[in-house]
Amino acid sequence: MARGGWFRRPLRNGNRPAPVPGDLWTKCPRCGEISFTRDLERNLKVCPKCGYHHKLTARERIQMTVDPDSFEEIDAGVCSLDPLGFPEYAEKLMRAQQATGLCDAIVTGYARIEGYPLLLAAADFAFMGGSMGGALGEKVVRMMERAVRERLPVVVFTANGGGARMQEGLFSLMQMAKTSAGVALLHREAVPYIVVLTDPTMAGVYASFASLGDIILAEPGATIGFAGRRVGNQDLGVKLPDDFQTAEFQQRCGMVDRVVPRREMRGTLALLLGLLAEERAHAE
Amino acid sequence: MLNNPLDFEKDIAELDALIAELKQMGRDPSVRADAAQKGIDIEARIAEVEAAREERLRQIFANLTPWNQVQMARHPQRPYTLDYIRMLCDDFFELYGDRINADDPAIVGGLARFQGRPVVVLGHQKGRDLKERQQRNFGSARPAGFRKALRLMKLAEKFRKPLIIFVDTPAAEANLMAEEEGISTTIAVNLREMIMLRVPIVVAVIGEGGSGGALGIAVGDRVLMLEHAIYSVIPPEGCAAILWKDRNRAAEAAEALKLTARHALEFGLVDAIVPEPIGGAHRDPQAMAATLKAAIAEHLSALLALSPDALTQARYAKFRQMGRWQELPAVHPEVEALET
Repeated sequence: MARGGWFRRPLRNGNRPAPVPGDLWTKCPRCGEISFTRDLERNLKVCPKCGYHHKLTARERIQMTVDPDSFEEIDAGVCSLDPLGFPEYAEKLMRAQQATGLCDAIVTGYARIEGYPLLLAAADFAFMGGSMGGALGEKVVRMMERAVRERLPVVVFTANGGGARMQEGLFSLMQMAKTSAGVALLHREAVPYIVVLTDPTMAGVYASFASLGDIILAEPGATIGFAGRRVGNQDLGVKLPDDFQTAEFQQRCGMVDRVVPRREMRGTLALLLGLLAEERAHAE
Repeated sequence: MLNNPLDFEKDIAELDALIAELKQMGRDPSVRADAAQKGIDIEARIAEVEAAREERLRQIFANLTPWNQVQMARHPQRPYTLDYIRMLCDDFFELYGDRINADDPAIVGGLARFQGRPVVVLGHQKGRDLKERQQRNFGSARPAGFRKALRLMKLAEKFRKPLIIFVDTPAAEANLMAEEEGISTTIAVNLREMIMLRVPIVVAVIGEGGSGGALGIAVGDRVLMLEHAIYSVIPPEGCAAILWKDRNRAAEAAEALKLTARHALEFGLVDAIVPEPIGGAHRDPQAMAATLKAAIAEHLSALLALSPDALTQARYAKFRQMGRWQELPAVHPEVEALET
């Protein structure tokens, strides 16, 4: 198998190809505003006109959230398998790996936020909708077990519109129990666990580790809910509220502590880590 | 005899009708006399048809497709949770309510005796007729149901009673009200709490193991599946709709999802299959109950020998190891992926 030649430098953080001219401009899917991509990125990918929070890749999320150069990835080589031989799954996996440069839909590692050390996970919607399969479950649990061993708080950014990855059948359903078992450890050992729900977080992920944070934050306008907006499943004559299954809806229902705009996220997390974590704050 | 047989049960239904007719004739003295005169032995004829019926039943059930298994798991005559509780337990005292604001009839449970030993039993409950089906929301639990289940589990833990749990649900309720009341959160909380529960938990999937709605009460030390039960991450109809934008291809999806008891056992995701009477649990509920009771008793007695710490450690380890993955050497996966 061809490995990168000696001259091929590993790509750092830059897991996306350089922007081609077509990517110079980005159109806001909500208000239609066309922004210079550079400017949009400088604005943390939040639409300057309507405040729409564009989806971020896991790498972008980490870069935006943690102290410069503080991220140290763990378990990067954990990949999903195709235990069912499910139609087209192997191809889809490979395409997702090529498109994102990731082994699976979540990136985990050590990081610092304003000096506070922590373990952090960021999901990537671009990898099969951020869906949860065996690799994601394994990485989340390993990170949580590590957090217990090393007494580090955990921050998880979800972006799992796919919920449990149906291509892995019952194996993927069991990831709900597996990841929740990880949270049970954190819970028992009183290790702080903060969840940030970002667009979108649904189904099997929302109904397991994503809704078990000691503190649950969400990004404005994020789609968050149990089952997709299957109107057919709704009671006849029940009109869904306009903000059904959004961050704001979930907050109104008591499921989310705060809806936090992206530019305030880093500061909010630092504040919370200071309030919850043990005295170890500001090591170096 | 079945009122509305599944398509692959039709042959059996016809033979059943024939047997009933012959028996009817056999009871009529004038018909008997008439038959005897013509040298026809009605008894022998009945025995013949009955043998043919057995043979046909065996044939059919040796060749069930995954979709047939789905149909079996959803069979309207299948015994439900309350049927099993009544057949397996004594002194059942049903308890109601989530102690917040509601009682969800889609989940039932209470105190009972199993082989003389006090236990807490609970499970999803489907309805038998149209009215009860609606009342029980087709076995789809709302947040109040999952909270009630957790309340009963905590009761069991407090008084150190083992838990016996029956799983039979198409899915958790997913309407506006369920969302408002935090269906996701209640399921997640159950998953977290069940892992650490300090009493033995034996789960039996008796019909449909419908995704998160099933798992929300199914984190057990032992998970048994009846032979014709299914356990799936998504209903085959939903899977077909997502994959092929066509709910009618559910049979194909059922095959791809590998949702049968045999597969779940092969994958190591359940601990044992409880064999059903030939033709399914609904053809002989008493025999089914006896087999299930023996299976539960066997697993329960093994668990009762363990300390609470040993139980929770083993339960954690059991669910911790589920899932398949591989670990590539931790060199830059980016480069690896780009080159394949």
